[in-house]
Amino acid sequence: MQPLERYASLLADYDAFQAACERPLPSVVRVNTLKASIERARDALDAASVAYEATDWHPGVLRLEERGPGTSWPYFHGWLHGQEEVSALPALALDPQPGEVVWDACAAPGSKTTQIADLMDDEGLLVGNDNNLGRLSALRHNAERLGITNLAVTNQDARNFSFKPFGDRSEDEKRIEAFDRALVDAPCSCEGTIRKNPDALERWSMDHIKGIVGIQKGILRRAIQATRPGGTVVYSTCTFAPEENEAVLDHALEEADCEIREWDAPEGFETDPGVTEWNGEEYDPAVELAHRVYPHRNDTGGFFCAKLEVTA
Amino acid sequence: MSDGDASDDLTDAEAVDGVSDADAGTGDTADPPENDGQRFDRLPATADERVVPGRPTREELLEWWEQRYGIPPETWDGHTFWEKGNGKLWAFAADVVSPIPVEGLGLRILRARQEHWKPSTNAVQRFGTDATRNVVVLDSEEATRFAKGEDQELPRWDGDWGYVIAAHEIAGDSEASETPRATGEAGDVEPIGVGLYLHGELRSTVPKGRREDLS
Ligand SMILES: C[S@@+](CC[C@H](N)C(=O)[O-])C[C@H]1O[C@@H](n2cnc3c(N)ncnc32)[C@H](O)[C@@H]1O
Repeated sequence: MQPLERYASLLADYDAFQAACERPLPSVVRVNTLKASIERARDALDAASVAYEATDWHPGVLRLEERGPGTSWPYFHGWLHGQEEVSALPALALDPQPGEVVWDACAAPGSKTTQIADLMDDEGLLVGNDNNLGRLSALRHNAERLGITNLAVTNQDARNFSFKPFGDRSEDEKRIEAFDRALVDAPCSCEGTIRKNPDALERWSMDHIKGIVGIQKGILRRAIQATRPGGTVVYSTCTFAPEENEAVLDHALEEADCEIREWDAPEGFETDPGVTEWNGEEYDPAVELAHRVYPHRNDTGGFFCAKLEVTA
Repeated sequence: MSDGDASDDLTDAEAVDGVSDADAGTGDTADPPENDGQRFDRLPATADERVVPGRPTREELLEWWEQRYGIPPETWDGHTFWEKGNGKLWAFAADVVSPIPVEGLGLRILRARQEHWKPSTNAVQRFGTDATRNVVVLDSEEATRFAKGEDQELPRWDGDWGYVIAAHEIAGDSEASETPRATGEAGDVEPIGVGLYLHGELRSTVPKGRREDLS
């Protein structure tokens, strides 16, 4: 718990924050509308006497009362995917459209990738990338279970992602050389997952954060480069540390061709603005447009999410 | 990526005896181009365009789904088909350059280059809702055993032997599957997975990573 005390200065109600961090997280599933409508999935859960409650802000994101989703027919049929409630935000911010070319730079094990595919109606091209081959196998398993067919899976370091496999700089009319949208759900110190993994902070150190910030900046930079002008890049983490959030955005605003865009979190989901000052550092005022999610606001895990537009 | 990971339900075909997996059909001695397991190659549209010996064509594939399961060829209008690994075929909702060296491309739909082609669990769950033939409708107890991966006696089936689609009724109105099935009882059924029907027995090919105890 110690590392989180550094956020007391950001939160007037730090006690409530701390208390929420100590509570276990409700088990949540998202309906995969590629295989069943929200109504059908909910009917089937009712028929199987699996108790749930829809979240205030999304009729297809359901909090289960008891057992995990693995033991029901709707789950077996791939109508449901176990996904932490707060983790449904970045795909909504990304707002991918059917037919577009979309990149998920850090995709495994695929909760957000599969949600993006659903939002795309399984049409267009979704590239799910991760540098960890073992985790990619989980991504493929999840995507196939959910019946997704528009996903290409790549195994590259996102910082140097190459379009070479997709025929860039060739004459092939099917080549792909830029994305319409990209999600960077970056590797991070995972402070916000404390409710799910009580030992999430055991390996916490400022040195670890400093190391990971370099990777986050590198991946975000590549995502901005690889996205066409006018396209959208979403940056998200499951951590509170401003070093990994606002500071990374501030760096991108300075170094790359992008601007932060306002994005409203879904109605009924409460977020806090990004912080513009931390530990004597000042950030670009635009980082305020980012969303901080604290566990006590909506009874979820912790999260950070910002929407950028590529300007050149 | 190894093709032998636990999630790979197409390799389960080898675990099922009674169906030969042997004839890979890789042509003769004149050094024809070979299937390269490291990349995806788009299937040729028809036999005239075939370059790699033994590679199934899009036309064959569409015919096979229609003949065996009654799935209309238009079902696949939005999909391209690819081979990676010997006989492993994938359906992809977009089109990209071919060959393409990536780890995954769409959904593994079946295993070809063997005497009896074997559809994957995930393929029939997604596309089997359009099937009108070789659909074995299970009651709730049978469906539960099937999902667990258990084999069971099923003498009442008098359809074809070989790979069948196991399905059951599940609550909730389906918009997707209105088609009455030749074999199904009244009402909508939802595909569970692929069964191998032989000698009065229905064997479940639900891969280990997908089995569940739903009793
Ligand atoms: C927060 S997790 C992603 C979770 C995933 N988006 C989901 O919703 O299921 C971060 C991922 O980044 C991957 N990663 C770390 N460094 C990377 C790099 N340099 N390039 C690509 N992926 C990387 C990790 O393997 C990990 O799977």
